[in-house]
Amino acid sequence: MGKDPISNILYIDLNRKRFWVEDRSELFEKYIGGTGVAIKLLEEEVPKNADPLGPENVIIFTVGPFNGVYPMASKTVAMFKSPLTGNLGESHAGGRSSIAIRLAGYGGIVIRGVSDIPVYIAIHEKKVYFRNASTLWGMRSSFTVGRIIRENEPGAGVRTIMRIGRAGEKLVRYACVVTETYRHFGRLGLGAVFGSKKLKAILISGRRHIPIKDKPLYRKIYGEIFDEAVNTPLMKKYHEIGTPVNVLRLNKIKGLPTKNLLQNYFEQAEKISGEYFAEKFLGRRVACSHCPVGCIHLAALKIPYEDVPYFEKTIFISYDYEPIYAVGSMLGIGDPEGVLKIIHEVDTYGLDAMSTGVVLAWLTEAFQRNLISIEDTNGLKFKWGDYETYIEAVRNIVYQPTELYKAVANGVEYASKIYGGEEFAMAFGGNEMPGYHTGPLSHFSYLVGSRHSHLDMAGYSLDQKLLGKTIVLEEAVEKLLREEEWRQVLTSLVICLFARGIYRPEMVSNAFKPLGIEFSVDDLMEIGKIIHREKYKFKIREGFDLDKVRIPERIFQTPTPHGYIDKKSFLRMIEIFKTKIKYNELKMKI
Amino acid sequence: MTKRLSIIDTERCIGCQLCMFACTRRFGDAGLDKSAIRVRSVGGIERGFTVIVCRACEDPPCARVCPTGALIPRKGGGVILNSSKCIGCQLCVDACIIGAIFWDDDTNKPIVCTQCGYCVDFCKYGVLEMEER
Repeated sequence: MGKDPISNILYIDLNRKRFWVEDRSELFEKYIGGTGVAIKLLEEEVPKNADPLGPENVIIFTVGPFNGVYPMASKTVAMFKSPLTGNLGESHAGGRSSIAIRLAGYGGIVIRGVSDIPVYIAIHEKKVYFRNASTLWGMRSSFTVGRIIRENEPGAGVRTIMRIGRAGEKLVRYACVVTETYRHFGRLGLGAVFGSKKLKAILISGRRHIPIKDKPLYRKIYGEIFDEAVNTPLMKKYHEIGTPVNVLRLNKIKGLPTKNLLQNYFEQAEKISGEYFAEKFLGRRVACSHCPVGCIHLAALKIPYEDVPYFEKTIFISYDYEPIYAVGSMLGIGDPEGVLKIIHEVDTYGLDAMSTGVVLAWLTEAFQRNLISIEDTNGLKFKWGDYETYIEAVRNIVYQPTELYKAVANGVEYASKIYGGEEFAMAFGGNEMPGYHTGPLSHFSYLVGSRHSHLDMAGYSLDQKLLGKTIVLEEAVEKLLREEEWRQVLTSLVICLFARGIYRPEMVSNAFKPLGIEFSVDDLMEIGKIIHREKYKFKIREGFDLDKVRIPERIFQTPTPHGYIDKKSFLRMIEIFKTKIKYNELKMKI
Repeated sequence: MTKRLSIIDTERCIGCQLCMFACTRRFGDAGLDKSAIRVRSVGGIERGFTVIVCRACEDPPCARVCPTGALIPRKGGGVILNSSKCIGCQLCVDACIIGAIFWDDDTNKPIVCTQCGYCVDFCKYGVLEMEER
């Protein structure tokens, strides 16, 4: 029945509208797939100091050996040089993307160059088509773009459609790529990289075969994973209320960033909680391909037409914890419909909701402190909770009518260097912060995590586990680093991190066996460590420097559930981290 | 008593497609190329899903049009494929108005549900069920 096609990399050259396949077994044998293979490809493809929005940047999508094989291996890794941070760009998404890529017969896709005209790429297993996307370029709504491509191409049910909105076309440095309408390669600006290449969308379809060596063992291990998945309370949590279950939990412990982190508690949290959304707005729950959990929550929002009696439209909005934090509590918005409307606007244009929310929060505070004028804001008077103004502002970020909006389209760190207010520009390593003010470890992990994401090393989680206890710095840093290293293995397979409790090291090692691949737990740990260092090397190569990172003062001024963060201890943790990864040695080598 | 696969309520379907993967896994392999069941959205996932699978007709049109008698009506509805008789003409594909005859490009033969019920064990949302006939 042939061999597993995982090691096939599809190369696409937008300059010359060509494509070819190369066998890269050597990478998959050593680095598994996903994150591990992507970082090696990124290193070899992108020359040092390349312009992230220039022709030398590439777009890499990778999947891993478990995609299409085991449940909850449902994610795709995107890698690129980030136009937001200037170094490692890595973003993950689910939907149908990983299954489509894997079953089209590829372990990865590398897209090079820049197209002369707007295009979208359609990949139907071995066939690759460049379609003229001039008609789609400039279209206001990314929803319409998705609908048109859906009707224009075959493969319903076994395809992914990744696309950008106006924000990507306009090169907003935190524009995202939307897939299957409601999932996102959200962070670090992949949408702008698409836009810079005049690449409007990529459709991939496939339903190929993956041969298994030990079939009875495969069915047995599959059964074990499946049973755990459908019986664990954690999975129930993700299905019933979903990630927004965090709103009330974090608010209760006073760790919910509110009004640009002027507060750690939102008095109106009840109305934007997961429980409230589920009760009042939940229209449908859906799942990524090959995941029984179904954590995707779609709100159905009825909007009446003012000019036609008894007539309304129903729009669907995908809500999760992070967007609710970013365009909800962070902006002081306690009106759930207002939150949904901003999320809808952000999705219409294809922005990253998290960065956008933090940018809007900075704009509000900067406006209130008179750092920016009403001329700068194009007439908008920012006020906490005023969602209609924020919707206007989202459009301004995309269309950039003034110098201020041009600046904030580069991120909050960039804008604050020009206009001031750096102490409350809530970004780490250039990436706008996630929604956890749970203690020192959350912020530490945003700062040193290789993607500046809460998901890198999950400091927010360790903070909460240690509530009421003293944080021992050395121990905590060690734990977080090991966590990030292990997560490199999971995102190389590529497992959804929600399933990390099921895919324990022993389980992963066992699950490789039916594929005829042997990795001991120690092997896996070592690979995780290597991948992590490779990512850090790329960051350093592109100018990231742990000795020069900016820490927004605000995190020391607003208490956390662990009390005020002590700055000295915080800096000490960075030093411990540097010793542990032999940072100075890494830096010297590059 | 024979059984047939029955779709109880597509509104409960979350589109996880575990049934599709289960169907190919019957033979011990991964992927989707041997699957006789397909879940796709009804034009945008917010509108819900449609589950396409053989509904076990009692007088199956696919068997009627088969020129070589490769599709044999099954007791209790549906068909059994006698692969060695099949010439791969695809008339059965056209005859099935719900599109439940899938195609195996490797063997150039149809893929059609045998009503085995393996997929039902992996549907946790009450969309699929085995029904006695």
